[in-house]
Amino acid sequence: MEVKKENFAQKFVKLVTRNPIVFLLLIAAVVVGCIKDNFFSWANLSNLISNTAVRFLIALGVSGCLITKGTDLSAGRQVGFAAVIAGILCQRGDYTGRLWKTVPEMNIFLVLLICIVIGFIWGAVNGVIITKLHVPPFIATLGTQTIIYGISLVISDAQPIGGFQKIYTQLINGRIGSPRSFHLPYLLFVALVFGIIFWVIYNKTRFGKYMYAIGGNEVAAEVSGVNTTRTLMRIYITAGIMYAIAGYLLAAKSGGASASLGQGYELEAIAGCTIGGVSTTGGIGTVPGILIGVLVFELLKIITQFLGINPYYNYVVQGLVIVLAVALDIRKYIAKK
Amino acid sequence: MSEYVLEMTGVCKSFPGVKALDHAQLKLRPGKVHALMGENGAGKSTLMKCMFGIYKMDEGQIKIDGEPVVIQDPMDALHKGIAMVHQELQPIPARTVGENIFLGRYPLKKLFGFIPFIDHKKMYADTAELLKKVRMNFDPKQKVGELSVSQMQSVEIAKAVSANCRVLILDEPTSSLTSNEVEALFRIIEDLKAENVAIVYISHKMDEILRIGDDVTIMRDGKYIGTWEAKDLTVDKIITQMVGRELTNLYPPRENVPGEVVFEVKDFTSINPRSFRDINFQLRKGEILGVGGLVGAQRTELMEGIFGIRSHSKGQIFYKGKEMKIARPKDAIDQGIALLTEDRRGSGIMGVLSVADNISISSLNNYLDAGFLINSKKVENLVQENVKKMNIKTPSSKTQIKSLSGGNQQKVLIGRWLANAPDVLILDEPTRGIDVGAKYEIYCIIAELAKAGKSIIMISSEMSELIGMSDRIMVMCDGRLTGFVDGKEATQENIMAYATQFE
Repeated sequence: MEVKKENFAQKFVKLVTRNPIVFLLLIAAVVVGCIKDNFFSWANLSNLISNTAVRFLIALGVSGCLITKGTDLSAGRQVGFAAVIAGILCQRGDYTGRLWKTVPEMNIFLVLLICIVIGFIWGAVNGVIITKLHVPPFIATLGTQTIIYGISLVISDAQPIGGFQKIYTQLINGRIGSPRSFHLPYLLFVALVFGIIFWVIYNKTRFGKYMYAIGGNEVAAEVSGVNTTRTLMRIYITAGIMYAIAGYLLAAKSGGASASLGQGYELEAIAGCTIGGVSTTGGIGTVPGILIGVLVFELLKIITQFLGINPYYNYVVQGLVIVLAVALDIRKYIAKK
Repeated sequence: MSEYVLEMTGVCKSFPGVKALDHAQLKLRPGKVHALMGENGAGKSTLMKCMFGIYKMDEGQIKIDGEPVVIQDPMDALHKGIAMVHQELQPIPARTVGENIFLGRYPLKKLFGFIPFIDHKKMYADTAELLKKVRMNFDPKQKVGELSVSQMQSVEIAKAVSANCRVLILDEPTSSLTSNEVEALFRIIEDLKAENVAIVYISHKMDEILRIGDDVTIMRDGKYIGTWEAKDLTVDKIITQMVGRELTNLYPPRENVPGEVVFEVKDFTSINPRSFRDINFQLRKGEILGVGGLVGAQRTELMEGIFGIRSHSKGQIFYKGKEMKIARPKDAIDQGIALLTEDRRGSGIMGVLSVADNISISSLNNYLDAGFLINSKKVENLVQENVKKMNIKTPSSKTQIKSLSGGNQQKVLIGRWLANAPDVLILDEPTRGIDVGAKYEIYCIIAELAKAGKSIIMISSEMSELIGMSDRIMVMCDGRLTGFVDGKEATQENIMAYATQFE
């Protein structure tokens, strides 16, 4: 079969027509950058990066659920739960408002480990409900979402949690370079490391291939020797761990935690994945795509913020972008019929 | 007045990259069964979809009673007296027979003289009338999901009849019917012929065509090859026209020599009392064991039971004298069994994934570096090896498998199983829905595997395939194993005798 050589211009046009939303937003960013002074600033870039980094971790978590035709509505509440636990355990020993006074001041890495264990548990709970009790993921995670929020409220007594150990907030909000000029937040590297790990898992391991196979055709995957129960369990557990890490980072990033932290993040993560080409009909989705989807979504938020649009309209714009992105994405498949 | 009720001439239709129809034509006489034949991809379905208004033709003309017409959409086709029963039935299982038949055109009555309401009484009365017409007597209020496939098909035909059609398109109507049900269908067709309905009959089954067809039109590669009267045709002649070359042998010569018994199933019984029970059989090394029976004989269920997809209440499976414990397909695969399932789309291919992903999914352990990283070069080698060995036509290993033809998909799936080097290969209807040329290639692969010492179990509902390919044929009826027939002595009659041994 003859392969047509395309010149650069043709390739570029193809790239633009395939990702119209991404390019529209890039153009919008350039325009906004030109008319608003502070848009192209190191501070803004760093802000965009660290916001994207945390959302990216959550989106990576939920992507496995989406690729296997499931979903995880408990993502945001799991983030909040981990943030509450991390917040409480990372409170300074001498802080008067300490919630758990009997627990001594803890090493922040130990706290991270505890959060990961908690994420594992919530993921396993979702996994068991979905694979053993055969409750559809949408309903299963709708239930756990509410349960987890309730427990977060009980634990935190519905109070905001503050008074963190300095090292916790400083490390996670740390950066390479000077804050006044070029600098890169540590969170960027966290996101990059996880991006690479997930890329390897999705493309180079049996677990990844099994995940795509389940999304492509669950019955066929089982017949082909894929242990679908075990694979799905692992997917929801992995997701739980990612949310927990994101929650741990988010508490420090925000400098405080509460049960309502992370509310609605599951929808942002799902939107990011979908904009990034993860198909809701299963079996399709890539790590770079997810990154672009999340980045685009965060960029959109910053643009509307800089344009001084009434923040309530942000929701309207974001919703429109989600619908538009998916409508355009689906057109690619319809045209091929 | 034209001799034909409907004429299609010079029909062309292109899809991006393919010319699906190239000056195709079809002329239907009233009260006659017109068989439309051709390999898969010859354009039969596309032509019918043009007739039924699902596709718009690029070129060509349709005349009804000699008058040129334009058919806008399926609704328009129905108004013009054309009805179609699709190959894959699409009923709404949770609704009643009556609701399915009158979907979209419910009889209405006016409440208080102006509020439209569905007239259920009339709908069900009309439904009962229609069902009588297609010689069926079940309750119009029964849910369609509770019916058998053949009953659902009768509902579809009743639906077509209710539209007072003059042209009825039947696309592969017998592909999932038992022979009794086929007879029932043929009686309905006779009734419709008597009412002067022209019937387009698409089927791969030669014996049916020769039996009920009046005219036969053959297509190849989207082109019209010719129209003959069925009585002037033979199976060989049809095949020659369809494939455009002489196929001297339908089945390859087999050189396999069955050896010692390697695989044995004892007292195998399903947890479902109406499914397979008390099954005992042995399989030799290098043997092809055909499995015959009517639809509903539980052959697929038995094989899926052995493979761990379905549960069994008692029974044992032995390989070389050692008992195998199989709880799920993975256990069976690990112990050297493979199962090519009957439903290629439902439980075979993973449509959106690539050919490479599809072919490697059950043997990923073979391509690992450092114990966990998949080496894509090794996977690519596997793909290329199979492409060469089985003549798989695919643009690349990254192509989504759903864009390949049925025959090539099937070869990829066979490749998937062979990658595990299984000792026992269970093939459930390996050539269903595959065109004649690819069928022969698959037979060659099966013969080759048996020669190499693999033990093969092949379920088939095509008698000639069973007789042509098997060393031995095991026949089932209604969940029981009713007998074995030696391959050399097998005839349609002696297989049928076992297959109909109902208790």
